[in-house]
Amino acid sequence: MRFLPLTEPDRKAMLAAVGASSVESLYADVPNGALLKAPIAGLSNHMPEMEVERAIGAMAGKNIGTNAAPSFLGAGAYRHHIPAAVDHLIQRGEFLTSYTPYQPEVAQGTLQYLFEFQTQVALLTGMDVANASMYDGATATTEAVAMANRVTRRKKAVISGGLHPHYREVVETHGRHTGFETVSAPLDASGRENLAKHLGPDVSCVVVQNPSFFGHIHDFTKLAEAVHAAGALLIVAVTEVVSLGLITPPGEMGADIVVAEGQSIGNPLGFGGPYVGLFAVRDKFVRQMPGRVTGQTIDVDGRRGWVLTLSTREQHIRREKATSNICTNSGLCALAFTIHMTLLGEAGLNQLATLNHAVASNLADRLAALPGVKLLNETFFNEFTLELPKPAIGVVEALAKKRILGGVPVARLVKAKEAEKLLLVAATELTTEADMAALEAGLKEVLA
Amino acid sequence: MTTPNPLTNTISGNRGLQLEEPLIFEMDVPGRSGVDLPDVPKHKERLGGMKRKAKVGLPGLAESQVVRHYTKLSQKNYAIDMSVYPLGSCTMKHNPRINEKIARLPGIADLHPMQPVSTVQGALELIDTLAHWLKTLTGMPAIAMSPAAGAHGELCGMLTIRAAHLAKGDARKRILVPESAHGTNPATAASIGYEVDPVPADARGRVDLAAFKAKLGPDVAGTMITNPNTCGLFENDIIDIADAIHGIGGYFYCDGANFNAIVGRVRPGDLGVDAMHINLHKTFSTPHGGGGPGSGPVVLSEALAPYAPLPYVTHGANGFDLVEHDDGKAFGRLKGFHGQMGMFSRALSYILSHGADGLRQVSGDAVLNANYLQASLKSDLTAAFPGTCMHEALFNDDFLEGTGVTTLDFAKAMIDEGYHPMTMYFPLVVHGALLMEPTETESKIGLDRYIEVVQGLARRAKAGDAAYFHGAPYHTPRRRLDETLAARQPVLRWRPEETKKAAE
Repeated sequence: MRFLPLTEPDRKAMLAAVGASSVESLYADVPNGALLKAPIAGLSNHMPEMEVERAIGAMAGKNIGTNAAPSFLGAGAYRHHIPAAVDHLIQRGEFLTSYTPYQPEVAQGTLQYLFEFQTQVALLTGMDVANASMYDGATATTEAVAMANRVTRRKKAVISGGLHPHYREVVETHGRHTGFETVSAPLDASGRENLAKHLGPDVSCVVVQNPSFFGHIHDFTKLAEAVHAAGALLIVAVTEVVSLGLITPPGEMGADIVVAEGQSIGNPLGFGGPYVGLFAVRDKFVRQMPGRVTGQTIDVDGRRGWVLTLSTREQHIRREKATSNICTNSGLCALAFTIHMTLLGEAGLNQLATLNHAVASNLADRLAALPGVKLLNETFFNEFTLELPKPAIGVVEALAKKRILGGVPVARLVKAKEAEKLLLVAATELTTEADMAALEAGLKEVLA
Repeated sequence: MTTPNPLTNTISGNRGLQLEEPLIFEMDVPGRSGVDLPDVPKHKERLGGMKRKAKVGLPGLAESQVVRHYTKLSQKNYAIDMSVYPLGSCTMKHNPRINEKIARLPGIADLHPMQPVSTVQGALELIDTLAHWLKTLTGMPAIAMSPAAGAHGELCGMLTIRAAHLAKGDARKRILVPESAHGTNPATAASIGYEVDPVPADARGRVDLAAFKAKLGPDVAGTMITNPNTCGLFENDIIDIADAIHGIGGYFYCDGANFNAIVGRVRPGDLGVDAMHINLHKTFSTPHGGGGPGSGPVVLSEALAPYAPLPYVTHGANGFDLVEHDDGKAFGRLKGFHGQMGMFSRALSYILSHGADGLRQVSGDAVLNANYLQASLKSDLTAAFPGTCMHEALFNDDFLEGTGVTTLDFAKAMIDEGYHPMTMYFPLVVHGALLMEPTETESKIGLDRYIEVVQGLARRAKAGDAAYFHGAPYHTPRRRLDETLAARQPVLRWRPEETKKAAE
């Protein structure tokens, strides 16, 4: 039991100091019959480190990782190169094994990087301020809707058909159980929906995504004007944050709240989590913003430092009157994000984004030339939608048999007839010529 | 500046290994980058006129500068890797490095959540294996794996309860929550529309059973109770409480934040619990990471199981299946994709390392360490409640009465001694609370040293050295910070103007 430092003589001496006859006697308050006398049956006993590696390594070996096959999956989670320095630095024990920075004098490291993170997020999204992270993009979106409901004192959210279906479902779930209405527009594979028609005096917010779930790049300036004229807030979700290095940020289009999935920067795919939700708002809404926030201040000697602030919004102070129940967020994922973003810098992010777009643009041309395949996008960043001549789920299964991870069938996320033949295909800086050739050839065979 | 800084008496403002570090934005050289990327190939631009016109404003640093920046920042943090981290209610235990290695294995770290299920059978097996352990350790038949943290798990459990009530026609109105509860409990119940009805603690630091029963009625949907509770005590009336809440058709939500005290020894399922979240970042050693990510799977009773959220893993004819779409009863979806896989792999690594026998030793050692602390400190500090405790020792501030030293001052003085302070002013039911949770990670020698320091500080406070405490900490990278200023004039990001102002 390599993690446990107490020895049997230690335990005896400590029990004597406590005045207890045994460890079991310390559990005297447990009702009769509920205290187990022996290890729970049917579970294995302790294992050497090498055996743990073998056991879980065997499970890992049964999967096809995206690094082991040509991979074109996106739909809200993207495979990007993570510089070696990122993973090294986040594993420093002082970052990895510290708690939420409640004692600022011994947590200036965490607080300073969160302040830098908040600044980066605000800059990227074109907004005034950002919080210190949420769980992921989907939960950040539903927190944004809850915030819009508080700000406007209205209870109806209009949701774009171009919003990631998981994000929509999370908002709908909260709506059903917390007492607000959701109006979800039909799937918008064409990128031509008109959301302004849903506006009315009871609408608190309109939730859109850019680029949309189907890849379309939008100009929301006019929509923002209509939304504001109706007294509502515009919430823009971004699921591929690298895109912000190349396209106009939501803040410049009039967004009131921007939420994003930050996984693409610094965080591995990891089968869906942990990821990091980004949350940015206009200055005037700061006190309605959920989640932890770091602020600058000075210490008693007048030196600049940082603390968690505006905590009167939070559950540990406000209890049932808090803006959100969030406590733990995504500190370490935010650290990975901020380190990677710092490594990239202005020039690096712009080149990374341009590279993603270029690779995807070239891939789209090649795939759209295949017989029966139709590209639905005029605009996109690094992901686009193909309409195939047959159901996409079967096509992707057939490609997997050839060890090609060929994209995400829309029907995997939305059970709808019109989704059946749609396939989302993403490319990034990691997509090679060999990968593209494999997909092109594989798709041709499967569709023949 | 070539004259010494008056605070440090050094030219640089540094103090040996304590290095001052500017913000990344103050080190910017435009055009510089810490990454080299391939050239951009020729392509057709498809941005529809939406190409970014203004710069983002990100600073340019080389990799060498970036590594130094974050290394220096890390050195300003306290961590469980350094010494005792006695934050009560937070379970700061050792984070084994095998967990980190396992989470980074190819075939785990590089899996996309939307790959065909046939290509991720091992990942689903991993989730299913962890689920089996968690269900067996808690004696509960079902589990929801997707919640992202403890508070998210509370939300999951409470939504499951709400859905179960709704299926019978009425969500009901009230949730009974003890005053000693974590702030997340009332915040969660209120966020889904329940009225939070607080239940007082009795003189023993437990839920006042008579007061609890008096509040029961047909409009009560359930109760949220932490067990062991936030006073570090086992609720010995727990079965009566469960029976009473079931008696009016309500459900028992247990906050599992303190599961570390009983893992392997008590199964919440045997106590009448209907739903309980498990903080994998507490009991099962996934790193706290400076505030997350966490993971909060929720175990469920037979009665609540049908209402669990999407997605979930099932055993199908061709191996594991992942159910991602509604079958009618599931209350909905809580987050994107399937849950905190990176935390699942770390927690399973920890669980397999310890096994059923080791986990029992974990809880035993955690409770023994806390009792040893309590027994050793009770003559210098004042224990909040008589008798033995579970995994954390709770003191009130009676011992500081008349000294002019507050719990906060005491905590700040501990920082100078090289320790992270205990949890302060929580739970709210104890005046000036000092809540210490040593966990099983501490050795006897390490605890003895910690005890000596806390005793010494208590004696120093009683000896009338209040001014020393008011000024503490003295030796940290920053001394006491002005939190009022931070809240009144919020500066939540760097802006170029501010650097100019500061330079004036």
